Amino acid sequence: MDFLVALAQIKPKLGCLDDNLALVEAAVEKGIDQGAALIVFPELALTGYFLKDLVPDVALHVEDPRLTRLKELSRRISIAVGLVEVTSDYRFFNSALYLENGEIRHVHRKVYLPTYGLFDEQRYLARGEHFRAFDSRFGRIGILICEDMWHLSASYLLAMDGATTLLCLSSSPGRGINEGEGLGSANAWQKLTSTTAMFLNCRVLYCNRVGYEDGINFWGGSELIGPNGEVTARGAILEEDFVMGRVDEGALRRERIFSPMMRDENLHVTFRELKRIDRERGN
Amino acid sequence: MGVLNVNTALLRKILVGFVRDEVTKVGVTKGVLGLSGGIDSALVAFIAAEALGPENVYAYTMPYRTSNPESEAHAKLVADQLGINYQVIEITPMVDAYFNLFPDANNMRRGNKMARERMTILYDHSAEVRGLVLGTSNKTELLLGYGTLHGDMASALNPIGDIYKSQVWELSEAMGVPRAVIDKKPSADLWAGQTDEQELGFTYRDADELLYRMVDQRMSRDELIAEGFDPHFIDVVHTKVQGSHFKRRLPVIAKVSHRTIDRDFRYSRDWGK
Repeated sequence: MDFLVALAQIKPKLGCLDDNLALVEAAVEKGIDQGAALIVFPELALTGYFLKDLVPDVALHVEDPRLTRLKELSRRISIAVGLVEVTSDYRFFNSALYLENGEIRHVHRKVYLPTYGLFDEQRYLARGEHFRAFDSRFGRIGILICEDMWHLSASYLLAMDGATTLLCLSSSPGRGINEGEGLGSANAWQKLTSTTAMFLNCRVLYCNRVGYEDGINFWGGSELIGPNGEVTARGAILEEDFVMGRVDEGALRRERIFSPMMRDENLHVTFRELKRIDRERGN
Repeated sequence: MGVLNVNTALLRKILVGFVRDEVTKVGVTKGVLGLSGGIDSALVAFIAAEALGPENVYAYTMPYRTSNPESEAHAKLVADQLGINYQVIEITPMVDAYFNLFPDANNMRRGNKMARERMTILYDHSAEVRGLVLGTSNKTELLLGYGTLHGDMASALNPIGDIYKSQVWELSEAMGVPRAVIDKKPSADLWAGQTDEQELGFTYRDADELLYRMVDQRMSRDELIAEGFDPHFIDVVHTKVQGSHFKRRLPVIAKVSHRTIDRDFRYSRDWGK
């Protein structure tokens, strides 16, 4: 189906769950007012990013009543939003919820927690173990959280699991200033999202936050990429924005006819070779 | 010189946004800085005026009796061009009163005392106007340790601490810092005729080319030599970076509890902001 998507390029407050819930709910209502059928938020939209020891203080269980309002709103608009999720055995995940028709339809727990350079996620958070596509009213969707997308296998698995739409929730720090037009990190992401869409004949809906935490900027630039890798809408760089874009079912159909790489992808060959590599590594 | 060139429009946007965001999120609207007449503080004044509005920027020139009068003239030039709040506060009486007790103190002690005297004045005025002290140390100085701990290195926020001196020059051109301030030789202005490059023994341009490869690109010593850098120069700069590292860290705390500040009690400074 054709539908309108909103990418909420917001500026969460670090460790302020109530303020961020209000910010997210207001953006959801704006999305409803503007006729969006789906709204995507950044990674950790409800908490902010450089949480460190705040992680347990801002975590929510999926049954937490503070999520009730978002569940209610999801009867009118589908919502993908990032938060810290706590489980009943007190593990804390960097998770994305997909809410639709009044319920949490899917939870993705970030698998690849970066711990290099300025990142230190795995010190504070537990690692997710799954990449699973799921059915939504827009067809089959796969969710990635920021660093997940830098692992080719993650997008590949979701596409092989039938996803035709990839949502990527991001809190990407801007860095790498040089003579070029954009920041190094922004340029790299733009290549990645476009190439992923093109390789897998999937739409990519990328939502990145803005604002500063301890001097580190988040560069925004949320974008909607068609299944041919072309960007059809892009948000402002380094400023809050509310990006609206149309997702065109026909574009997906035409691309899958024109470039039937996913049809021809041989899962059996991949699986057999991966098993061989695993065996040769001594496992 | 290609590796150090930057997209000044983008850099300006990031640094102006940084000052605006990090100042206002703590609930104040004003910025305070020492305006020495040199390029670093001039650039910070330009960034702050754009971020907060000139009426919210408070600049202070704090000369000692041996300071070059040209420095104060250049500071005033910058303040007048921007229309920021500006005041001259002489530090001679305080500094001389102290060194009358220790007349044999050398230039280093005197320079450090002056830098710390200025720091106390800036923090006093930050309390008076309810503003944050903006740092004016660039990445080259910070890496070389060419500054006074708790003196000119003290600040609440530093917009230029991740850009090299060469990039300070480039951004200053783009933002319209007065030509006289850009063109003059960098000086700590602690005594007559002093220049940074004379004291350091090398030029900022050369140091920046080396530091960028050593720090940002993490090139090994062999790779740096292959790039054409003199091994002695590499060692001198490396020794300065390592030897001054204590200036870039908080004081070391003796650990006895389960949660020691900054070791296993870890929160961003923007906690709740």
